[in-house]
This record gives sequence, C-alpha cells and structure tokens, in this order.
Amino acid sequence: MKELLGVIDASENHIQLKEITKNRSIAAVPIGSRYRIIDFALSNMVNSGIQDVGIITQNHYNSLLTHLGPGKDWDLNRKRGGLFIFPPYGGSDSQGWYRGSVDALHSIMRFIRRSEQEYVLVSGTYMVFSFTYHDVLKYHIDNEADITILYKEKKGMTPDEFKQNTLIKVNDCGRVVDMEINPSLPRFNNIYMNTFIIGKDLLDYLLDECQSRGESDFVKDILLRKLSSLKIYGYKFNGYLACINSINAYYRYNMDLLNSDIREELFIKSGPVHTRVMDVVPAMYSENACVKNCIVADGCIIDGNVENSILFRGVKIYKGAKIKNSIIMQDSEVHENAILENVILDKEVIIRRSKNLIGQEIYPVVISKGAVI
Amino acid sequence: MSKKECIAMLLAGGQGNRLGLLTKNLAKPAVPFGGKYRIIDFTLSNCTNSGIDTVGVLTQYRPLKLNSYIGNGQPWDLDRLDGGVYVLPPYMKGKVGEWYKGTANAISQNIEFIEQFNPKYILVLSGDHIYKMDYSKMIEYHREKHADATIAVIETKLEDANRFGIMNTDKDNRIYEFEEKPKNPKSNKASMGIYVFNWNTLKNYLIADDKNAKSEHDFGKNIIPQMLSNGMVIYAYKFKGYWKDVGTLQSLYQSNMDLLEFPPIFDLYDPTWKIYGRNQGLPPHYIAPSADVKRAIVSEGSSIYGTVRHSIISTGVFIDKSSIIKNSIIMPYARIGKNTLIEDSIIAEKVTIGNNCTIGRRPDGKARQIELTLIGENAKIPDSTVVEKGMEIDSVMLQDIYDLYQNDAKEAKAL
Repeated sequence: MKELLGVIDASENHIQLKEITKNRSIAAVPIGSRYRIIDFALSNMVNSGIQDVGIITQNHYNSLLTHLGPGKDWDLNRKRGGLFIFPPYGGSDSQGWYRGSVDALHSIMRFIRRSEQEYVLVSGTYMVFSFTYHDVLKYHIDNEADITILYKEKKGMTPDEFKQNTLIKVNDCGRVVDMEINPSLPRFNNIYMNTFIIGKDLLDYLLDECQSRGESDFVKDILLRKLSSLKIYGYKFNGYLACINSINAYYRYNMDLLNSDIREELFIKSGPVHTRVMDVVPAMYSENACVKNCIVADGCIIDGNVENSILFRGVKIYKGAKIKNSIIMQDSEVHENAILENVILDKEVIIRRSKNLIGQEIYPVVISKGAVI
Repeated sequence: MSKKECIAMLLAGGQGNRLGLLTKNLAKPAVPFGGKYRIIDFTLSNCTNSGIDTVGVLTQYRPLKLNSYIGNGQPWDLDRLDGGVYVLPPYMKGKVGEWYKGTANAISQNIEFIEQFNPKYILVLSGDHIYKMDYSKMIEYHREKHADATIAVIETKLEDANRFGIMNTDKDNRIYEFEEKPKNPKSNKASMGIYVFNWNTLKNYLIADDKNAKSEHDFGKNIIPQMLSNGMVIYAYKFKGYWKDVGTLQSLYQSNMDLLEFPPIFDLYDPTWKIYGRNQGLPPHYIAPSADVKRAIVSEGSSIYGTVRHSIISTGVFIDKSSIIKNSIIMPYARIGKNTLIEDSIIAEKVTIGNNCTIGRRPDGKARQIELTLIGENAKIPDSTVVEKGMEIDSVMLQDIYDLYQNDAKEAKAL
C-alpha cells in the first residue's frame, strides 16, 4: 500500500478512564494482557503494508513515547519513511495545544504534504479493531469518493458507547447522508469509527479552510458541513469493534477477550498485533495454582486462584489469593489470601495479604498505579 | 572497522546426533528450549549482557533455520553499526574449500574474519549450553592473571568428573594438566567449553595445528594440551551457578524440567540479565474453564483446555479438552487433540496429535529412570494411536507404517 500514508491522531483528550488516564493518554492505556490501545491502530496500518506512519500526541505522551520507541517492534524503524511521532510544540502558528482534531492534523500538514503518498488514512485509537485497509482504499478509488469513512452497525452496543461518538446515516449507494454527534437518543444505525481515507490535497484544503474560520473539529466542522458538497462515502466494517470510551467499556471489552472467537478475530485474522517486546520469561504456574478462564501474559508467577481475569506481564499472585473478574496490570502483586473481585489494578500495585477489594460488575474498583494497599 | 578489545566466536556447527530426531532437520543451537527460547538465545544474550557486541556464529549442519532465526541479530541487540552478529559457514578458498574439521579448525578457517576487528582477546563459546554468565568478568580475570588462555570451569561431583574434560590446577587455579574424561579424576573442575585467548597467541597455534595432519583440530584435545606442553600460562576461571550441557535428549529434558522448580534453581527473572529471543507477535495465552494447569510453564499464543502437570508448554500450542499432559515438553505450535494422554515425552515443533491417543504412558509401578518418548517435527499422529514408551517417531516413519498398512490391506483383499 505504497499510496497510503498513515496518521494516528492520539490527541484524544476527551476520552478519560478515571485513574487509568491520569498519567497517560488513552492511546497508551494497557489492554488485553500485553498490549496498549494504540497497538491495534498501528498494527492495522503495518499489516496493510503502510510504510509511513505519523502519530500526533498531546497530553501525557511520555508513556506513549516509551512504548513506541523508534518503532522497531512494528517494523517501522526504516531508512525510507517509518515512524514519525509529533508531540505538541509551540510555534508562530500554533500554541502547542490542539483545540481539536483539525488543529492536530493541521499541525502536521507539512509532514503530510512532503510525503510521497497520494492518500492519507487517518485513524484514532480508542476504537479498537483489527483490519487491513486494502479494500477500503479500493472502495474509495472506485467510488471516486472525496472522503471514505469507516462505520459499523451499532447493533449490540450499549447507549453509553454513543457518548462522545458520531452516528451516521448511509444511503443505499453508500453515501453518508446525515450525522448526529454525541446524541442521547440516537436515530441512526451506524457508529463512525474515527477512521477515514482522504486525498492529500483535499485534506490540506479542507483543514486550511476550517482553520481560517476558527473552527477546530473534523467531524462537526468538516464532515457534517460538507455532506452534500463532497462525496463522502461510508465503508461498512463487519468485524469486532471495541469502543473504549469509559471505564465500564474498558472493563467490559477486556473481559470480551476471554471469548476465543473474539481473540481469533482481533489477534489472528488480520495479522499479528505488534507491541513492545519485553523479553520476559513465559508464565509459571505452581503446584497450588488454580486458573480458570483467563488470559495470561509472559512473566507471570501464579501460586493462587484466578478466574475470569486478565493478567498482564510480570504479575505475581501469591498462595491463597483469590481473584475473580479482574484486570491486573503489569508487575502488580497480590499477596497471600487477598481477595479481589471486579477490580482493575493499574501497574505496579501491591495488595497486601488478606486484604479484600470487591467491586461490582457495573462499577469495577480502580486502583491507581503504584498504590500499596 | 575499529579495533575491538574482544570478539566472540560461537561454535554452532555441531550435528547434535545425540538429540535424535530433534536435530534431524535442525541445528542443535536452534532447538526450542523453555517454552519461548531456542538454545542459542542463552549464549547470544550472555554476549549482549556482557557488553560483547561482535559475535561470529560458526554454522555448518542444517543451518537454514538457525540462520533465519539469527537474522540480523536484532532480538539480541546485535544489529550494530560496527560489529554485530555474523553467520559464518565454511566457504571455498580459491580452488580448495572444506568443512569445519573440528572446533579449532572452524576458528582457523575464519582468521581473516577475526583479523578485520584486530581484537586483543577472543572468546570461544558453544551454542548448546544453558547458563547465564558475565563474560566480561572472565575477561577481566584473564587480564589480571596475564594469562595466555583462560578456561571456564564448573565444579562437578567427583563421581561425575569422568564424563568431562577435567582441569588439574595448582592452588592459584593455574592449569598444569588437562585430562579428557579421566578414569581416575584428580580434580572436579570440568571445562565448560568457554575459552578466552590472547588472539595473537591463539592465531599462531591455530596455524601450526592446521599443518599437523595428525591433529583432530579440537580445542580440548589438541590446542590446549599443546599450549600446556609449551608452558603457556593457562588459568581456570571458576563459574558458580546453573550450567547445563544440553547435548543429549535426557539432559535437554532435565534442563527444561529444572525451570519448573519453585523457587527457581535457574532464575530467568533477573531484569538485569534478560534472555532475549525472537518474538513471534502472539497474543497472551488462554487458560479455559475446563483447563487445570499446575506446575507448568506456559508461553504466549497457547490455548489450554485440558490438564497440564509438570510440563513446558511452548508458544502457540493448543491442548484440547480432557487431554492430560504430564512431565513433558510440548514444543512450539504443536496441537494436541481431545482425550489424549502424553507422559514423559518431547513433542517437537508443529506436531499434530489426534484424539484419544496415548503417548509414552508409564507402565504401572514407578519407572526408575525416565524413559523419554519423542515425536519428531511436523509429524501427524492419527486418532487413537498408541505410541509406546521410549519410541522415537517422525513423519517419515509414520508414512512407512501407513504404506505398510495399506499394502497389507491390499494383499488381504487380493487373497
């Protein structure tokens, strides 16, 4: 896919997951035992054969930068192209803080203009899915579309997932004919996946026009306004989509990964999901271990009981500990006879012996990074 | 290229025929180990962690998989601007060319390669040992002793000493005699096959040794004894810690099982001394509600629906419902069907085992020494097969058995 330039807009400030996003952007939030949310958007591009990817970052981008490094683990440390990361910076034409997606994209327009590719694929991160974009680009070109946006039918999604999202109406020819932004009572059936393909020059023009009017939101100020004057097509995505826009959604979608069909679709079908390689030892189960229905990453040492849970790299579960329906992030420890239920432990948390933490399925307890309880 | 203080030469050309079918299509250093590693990962990681950034890997036997595994050395951080990892197979020199005739000859055929780096010291390593060692300390020791050569030794039980090359030393650990597998050992210092040489000294010995038609061109048998008889200064460097030569099926099996000790006798959890390997980009492993996993190592990409006891489950393995895996090593990407029993076995890479099979079941009563059963790479074991304890089977043999069965059936029909 030499004709497609990849851009990931990881400046999604509006998405917050309580303590989990206190010191990291949504893109850098750990998910599924060994990944960060951005791994999916980035792997989708790499698996589509996209060779140049720009990533726009905003607040708390430290952990994102550490995670990405020079892009080696995504095969993006190249002499020609590769990975380009754009932290915000103050300059004559920007204040170093993006007011919205238009601002963010506009700030890297020089990078986009200079690229060899004719088309740009822009994607966010908190919509998690595995896909390759060959067919989308073909669809875009065949339709002679100005913009092609990805959508999925909202069937099976819960109302809180429409918050901060856009629903669209698509006609029989695939044209997007109407949109509603952040509706409380949605009328349309399809959710926009924050992913679109556009010609490079058109993007340049639209961003400039939008900026000069002092507007800042790509969906509201460009897509919605241009529905009739531009040919905006919708490409229907039929796969698995996880919209991680709240702590509940985060919890629920992590638990979804205990389903083999969903794992197959996310991790195998569209190619591997690449992530930072940590070189830790495979997981170790002791004589006392009792593990049922869990996904477990390398480096874990399990001496206790774990059920329906997600264990990240280097987690230690001591003898007699009982963990149920929980997400335990990297290097956290649960000591002897502690009991956890419906809990999310951020990284490097220590739960001392015999402590009990019980949350509810619809309201999991979240413990922030490094806490000792 | 700039001058290097020390470069490593890793001997990875051995055929490894004591590993049976495991090395039929695979060089010994590329044999999977400990769930996600291959044997060579330990030596390469030791090099990187010791600050040695130039490693020549001498390959000869079935090198294809080993070569592609090593690649540009990126997983071990050996993709360097100046130095890095080099795979060195034997090559034609003008009209002559020959295989590596021995460990010393392998180095000797690469004198030109080594000279490019103009090193002061050269570290000679084996590609079939499992251990963690800081070579920089050994080189430091070598330098302090003003030695011509230094050999790493490990203290074994005296009764086992007759299986090793034994170093007899004075009080200061200077070696005065080398005995290969002595019947009546005088010392318990066994050579680990790890040598540091002053390059200029070694070079002269290698050139001389090549001209000696009677020589077996081996470090232990020829070079070291020759240096000793010439009065060169050779010291033994005592290594303390876990070290295992995994050259036989039994020792490979044992070393894998050692990883299951809790607390570990071979600690791979030290963040300052990680063992690196090529990553497969697989998802985390899954333990199903029907699974029961105890005393086991389980690697990424595996899915377990059955029972696992005291076993190593490698990357990408699938174990179906009601199957029982006991005291076994399941190598990468093997698939085990339903209701199958596997005991005391090594299941090689990409083997498929059907439903209701029995592999290597222990006869009633306890066996004294574990007798291993081995299923070779890519073999497909059909449903309801019984593989007797101690057998070694691969896909070629299975085809023969199948053909035989077909012939019998034909003859029976003709009658």
